[in-house]
Amino acid sequence: MTDLADLSIVEAGRQLRSGDVTAVDLWEAAATRIAYTEPHLHAFLTVDREGALATAKVVDAAFRAGEDAGPLQGIPIALKDNMCTKGLATTASSRMLEGWVPPYDGTAVANLRNAGAVLVGKTNLDEFAMGSSTENSAFGTSRNPWDVDRVPGGSSGGSAGSVAVGSSMGAFGSDTGGSIRQPAALCGVVGMKPTYGLVSRYGLIAFASSLDQIGPFARSVEDAALLLEGVAGHDIHDATSYRGEYPTLTDGLEKGVKGLRVGIVKELMVDAIDSEIRAATRAMADKLSDAGADVVEVSLPSSEYALSAYYLIAPAECSANLARLDGVRYGNRVPADTTDEMMAKTRAAGFGPEVTRRILLGTYALSAGYYDAFYGQAQRVRTLVRQDFATAYEQTDVLISPTTPTTAFEIGAKTDDPIAMYYSDVCTIPSNLAGDPSISVPVGVDTRGLPIGFQIMAPALGESMLFRVAAEVERLAEFSARPSLAVSKETV
Amino acid sequence: MPEWEAVIGIETHVELQTNSKMFCGCAVAFGEAPNTNTCPVCLALPGAIPVPNEEAIEGIVKIGTALDSTINKDSLFYRKNYFYPDLPKNYQISQYTFPVCEFGKLEIVVDGEPFVVGITRVHMEEDTGKSRHVGEDGRIHDASHSLLDFNRSGVPLVEIVTEPDIRTAEQARAYGAELQRIVRTLGVSDARLEEGSMRFDANVSVRRGPDAEFGTRTETKNVNSLRSLQRAITFEIDRQTRVLEEGGEIIQETRHWNEDKGVTISMRIKEESEDYRYFQEPDMLPLEIDEAWQQRVKAEQPELPAQKRARYVGLGTDAHTAELLADDPALGGLFDQAVQAGANAKQAGIWITQEVVAYLRREEKSLVETALSAAHVAELSEMVSAGDLSSTASKDVLNAVLAGDGTPREIAEAKDLIQISDSGFLEAEVDAVIADNTDAFEKLAGGDMKMIGFFVGQVMKRTGGKADPRLVSEMVRNKAQG
Repeated sequence: MTDLADLSIVEAGRQLRSGDVTAVDLWEAAATRIAYTEPHLHAFLTVDREGALATAKVVDAAFRAGEDAGPLQGIPIALKDNMCTKGLATTASSRMLEGWVPPYDGTAVANLRNAGAVLVGKTNLDEFAMGSSTENSAFGTSRNPWDVDRVPGGSSGGSAGSVAVGSSMGAFGSDTGGSIRQPAALCGVVGMKPTYGLVSRYGLIAFASSLDQIGPFARSVEDAALLLEGVAGHDIHDATSYRGEYPTLTDGLEKGVKGLRVGIVKELMVDAIDSEIRAATRAMADKLSDAGADVVEVSLPSSEYALSAYYLIAPAECSANLARLDGVRYGNRVPADTTDEMMAKTRAAGFGPEVTRRILLGTYALSAGYYDAFYGQAQRVRTLVRQDFATAYEQTDVLISPTTPTTAFEIGAKTDDPIAMYYSDVCTIPSNLAGDPSISVPVGVDTRGLPIGFQIMAPALGESMLFRVAAEVERLAEFSARPSLAVSKETV
Repeated sequence: MPEWEAVIGIETHVELQTNSKMFCGCAVAFGEAPNTNTCPVCLALPGAIPVPNEEAIEGIVKIGTALDSTINKDSLFYRKNYFYPDLPKNYQISQYTFPVCEFGKLEIVVDGEPFVVGITRVHMEEDTGKSRHVGEDGRIHDASHSLLDFNRSGVPLVEIVTEPDIRTAEQARAYGAELQRIVRTLGVSDARLEEGSMRFDANVSVRRGPDAEFGTRTETKNVNSLRSLQRAITFEIDRQTRVLEEGGEIIQETRHWNEDKGVTISMRIKEESEDYRYFQEPDMLPLEIDEAWQQRVKAEQPELPAQKRARYVGLGTDAHTAELLADDPALGGLFDQAVQAGANAKQAGIWITQEVVAYLRREEKSLVETALSAAHVAELSEMVSAGDLSSTASKDVLNAVLAGDGTPREIAEAKDLIQISDSGFLEAEVDAVIADNTDAFEKLAGGDMKMIGFFVGQVMKRTGGKADPRLVSEMVRNKAQG
């Protein structure tokens, strides 16, 4: 019999409604999985056992009363620890916010509570979502469930790992330059970044406001679509929240790719991308072609500058976003004789080296005399990237590429070389700069047995098309491998 | 060498009295318990983001329109970065390029001379919280600790920046006063200087005559009244002139106006040039103020103070009376209604700005607390025009009406103040006095016009003071000239 922790959200929903299982059963299965995997994985910073059990009981009562808030009711879900949860510590993996308990729920969190989701806990990340491995967490590195000596990717590595091993059935992360898709690829799960503005950022601890977007992790494309539906929607608390009609996400999952125009991005199939990953990407492109898609090569000429532009824009925004962490009103404080000194010492002690590096970089890029050469130039590149996408979408419905240049790398392999670490996001950053939706779907494993992610990109608000193609990729890939950690018994 | 000339520019901050703050739903309220009107947004909790308040945007568009500005259809918010404990985000959301309004102007009048002050820009931003330093004397460097109140944090703030067009402290004061009137007329703020809902910063420099280059300027803060604005600028002009004449140099700095001592004091801030690292606010989209919105604000614009004053002068009041009436909505309203009800504008203006104001001051009352109505003023005016009441008596009657003793006619009759202006009756009285005083009349007829007063006095005596002296005087004169 299948362990309940391994059910898809769709199947779990069916069994909840048939009465075969209860929300408490699902939570207990997740809790058991947490107990077995966490000592090896460290995906969570906080597990909210009491809260989850209480919610599960309330949900079961609702089911008995015939109340049904939709597909996420009773589903155990994990949240990246940069999403504010009322009454539950939210640290963004920073010493600065160690022990801070938000007095409010972010909008996405509130939507999940209203949908009856059982929130199991808060997952590890690179401090303030800055990093690609979780090695920048102030509270320890999470492990890759396929090989515990390797990183799970980042910054949402905890959420990716949790979904991969079944300690949650779905999870949410935030994606600023690839922080959902890259760890999803490295952990062999589906990870999706929605169109900018589709999910409210209210209550998401900001890294780079013009790029940040909350999105789902799941073990199937359909589950990911259901998770996104649970949080998307206009929010009066977010001035950048989309105001128009929201795309439907699950309607086209069975439609296939026949007649669709698929562009494979030339610049993301270069030598710097691991050859096994390129081969897997090419193989999937061929399968899509066989399935009736018209696969063509397209060019995004500005993408070679996208990474550099991103590493000016994101640090510039973060240098202001993180200024509020000054020890005055909340979080940790290092006492000193004057307020200025207190703020300086608090920030020096509270931020880790990567966050400090980015704040300094961003401050510099915005300084008088440097603004035009750095921040101004980066914004112009961003415009060019957008134009490149627009041109590409004139002749294609979706674009495809690898999600990452490598599969999961060893812990410590890139910590001394920030540029090499930054390169982990080379394939994912363009979609953030453009504000477009993008998804990573696992399509196979490399010779080391590590999962390979396949990225699909669509124009803004093209979620329906994106999930449609992703569902076909999922069917064609027949990816069924699970990490060895994904079992509820002591094997590791 | 040419005379020294001052070059002055004024930056004015106006807190808008909107229902909610600039970027969150908290109430804009004053004098409440500290930190009661706060939320994650105005406390800058992690994850909280701003949403602009449409009512505040409407407010700044009103101000910009009244100042003849160009309203930018697409306007941008920026982050102005600096660390200060009362600024919870450690950046202020403000504007930089593409403010809501640019290229405006305001005409003021000083000593009867019109003068145009250019308005560089009017932009939208948010207010900070307030710090209170606890310690020996409440000053920051002696404080043992500081307390912060974020009730004001995020209150909508409009900044109005002039061109360096102003040349005298009197002009500066006139500009400040006119701006305050406009803001109050628009109803967007109570614009109280002493409470800080309107605040001036004065940029002052001096130079050798109108053709010289601008000198180094100082910025004077903490000016809490129009009078202090004028005094502070006068002090700064004198100080700078003295320093330069003694061969010294003006340092570009921020100075603090000390009201008690009547001096500006250097705030001794390290004068490194502050780099605010402005960049476009990524939490917000460009603000769109379309043509329809701009047109509606223009159409709904109330009569501005200058328009009102011009209208009053057109009705017949003198400039000073027009200004007093235009400055006080209650008095101006009474005046408008009285004139509409038929009162003589000149007469009504004088009664209201002199007798009524004196009564209110003496009795420490507001107009609504008195019994006076516009109909009363009109009635009073009609009685004087008809000659039923002397101008002197009218003041007594007006005071009695204010006190609630009745209508003007009731009071005049009760007090027996109705004038005799029956010319047949008065002519008989005049003839009787002449008959009794033939010698005096001969002097008068001989050209000694001083004697008119004597005859008028005699008639007043005979009529118990009720004769219309104007009419009597005319009759006596006619008779003398035979």
